[in-house]
Amino acid sequence: MPTTRRQFLNLAGGVTVAGTVPIVTLRPLRATPAMLNTAIRNVVGEAPIRTGKVKLDIPPLVENGNTVPMTVSVASPMTADDHVKSIHVFNEKNPQPNIGNFYLTPSSGRAQVSTRIRLADTQKVVAIARLSDDTFWQVAADVVVTLAACTEEMN
Amino acid sequence: MSVWRAIAAAALFAAAPALLAGEIPPDGRRSGYSFMGPETRAMQDDDTSNPGMLFVLDGEALWAKKAGSAEKACADCHGDARGSMKGVAARYPAIDKALGRPVTLDQRINLCRSNHQQATPLPYESRDLLALSAFVAHQSRGVAITAGDDPQARPFVEQGRDLFMRREGQLNLACSNCHDDNFDRRLAGAPITQAQPTGYPLYRLEWQTLGSLERRLRSCMSGVRAQAYDYGSPELVALELYLMSRAHGLPMETPAVRP
Amino acid sequence: MAALINVPAKAKRGDVIELRALTSHIMETGFRHTVDGKLVPRDIITSFTCRYNGAEIFRADLFPAIAANPYLSFFTVAKESGKFEFEWIGDNGYSSTASASITVE
Repeated sequence: MPTTRRQFLNLAGGVTVAGTVPIVTLRPLRATPAMLNTAIRNVVGEAPIRTGKVKLDIPPLVENGNTVPMTVSVASPMTADDHVKSIHVFNEKNPQPNIGNFYLTPSSGRAQVSTRIRLADTQKVVAIARLSDDTFWQVAADVVVTLAACTEEMN
Repeated sequence: MSVWRAIAAAALFAAAPALLAGEIPPDGRRSGYSFMGPETRAMQDDDTSNPGMLFVLDGEALWAKKAGSAEKACADCHGDARGSMKGVAARYPAIDKALGRPVTLDQRINLCRSNHQQATPLPYESRDLLALSAFVAHQSRGVAITAGDDPQARPFVEQGRDLFMRREGQLNLACSNCHDDNFDRRLAGAPITQAQPTGYPLYRLEWQTLGSLERRLRSCMSGVRAQAYDYGSPELVALELYLMSRAHGLPMETPAVRP
Repeated sequence: MAALINVPAKAKRGDVIELRALTSHIMETGFRHTVDGKLVPRDIITSFTCRYNGAEIFRADLFPAIAANPYLSFFTVAKESGKFEFEWIGDNGYSSTASASITVE
């Protein structure tokens, strides 16, 4: 039986965890729905994703899932040799797993992006940064979405 | 009690009707802002991140744009809105002398369009009407609300108050059951506010756009499974007037941001 | 329809400055239905670019999970006086631009 991609990832995860390098991230990813995993792999490829460096500021309890303020920042000197190339944000339970891709340069000065997002339900949000050495770093946050008490029908 | 004090008390009574049991005393009245979380407050506080300001900017452009067969812009009669419109929205709905009844700011804009610009009225909740309304009301930001002070408005305020207290819909709830009796509690996770309409038209995160107080009222009515009054109906105008008079003294916040 | 751009009018050379862009757009997800069951077609901004004196300094791919009236805040190093140009591109041939000037001392 040929090795499927999923099996490969699981294997890779196992190897990573068993190895001495502190790379842990394939494990948490396995716990999230397949769509989220696929969306992340579309950006990251087969590269390992480490936890750390990335900070995701998002309210743990949001007043309305239609407009959720969010800031992603990455600890980086933002020099030509060592900077953040891009930041990718994903969600677990919206109809579509992608939220946004943000491309930076050394002249960004600070690796920080803010926007406002939609969260259809209580779920996990994942932010991944790609550094200039092509390593990937991630952070995840759980967000509880309050549903509005009174909603209108669409016109 | 001296005669003078009795007269003074009577005068006060006439100016401000006695509160019914359960009504919020004047010094206990709070804007919906005070019920919001820090993120939503921050969105309202900073004009460069308040999405309602996009509509204010559109309204500013419309203010200066000629409309209708009279080829007149709002600015041609009213000049610089920063001066001429300051405080105006804090007095609305206001009595239209010719009609003998209160009109909302939206209705005033449309009366201006038909009477002075010879232009077709803008539909309720249309982007242009909301933008003009937001631009005009924004000029009153920080101004204390005085709507309903006009003695001629009194019967309409009372009509609005009756509607506010009247149970309706399949859930058989009056506005007051939530907004007088249970503010600071929660309904399905969302805080129940006092229903002080300090920032309309406002940007509601739920709507993802700007909306009028009438839209908000209609949304509450469908929430209690009642037949919502039509836009511009005397009942909605009376409710709007009552709510504004109930918010007497609170500062205008247009464009507010609410969840 | 309006866009709200926030760029500091002045900065010192080498300062890291924040740029903010808020623009009017419905960001219709393409996942919603009307009361009578019809799918509302997707209508979103898909791409945002900021250029500083012609050079791209920030770009974003946006998806339906970005809220209506998209807001973006990001940073750049103030290098020279000149112009920031902001460009939004989206479905149905949508395109809009805005610009702001900065004096760098």
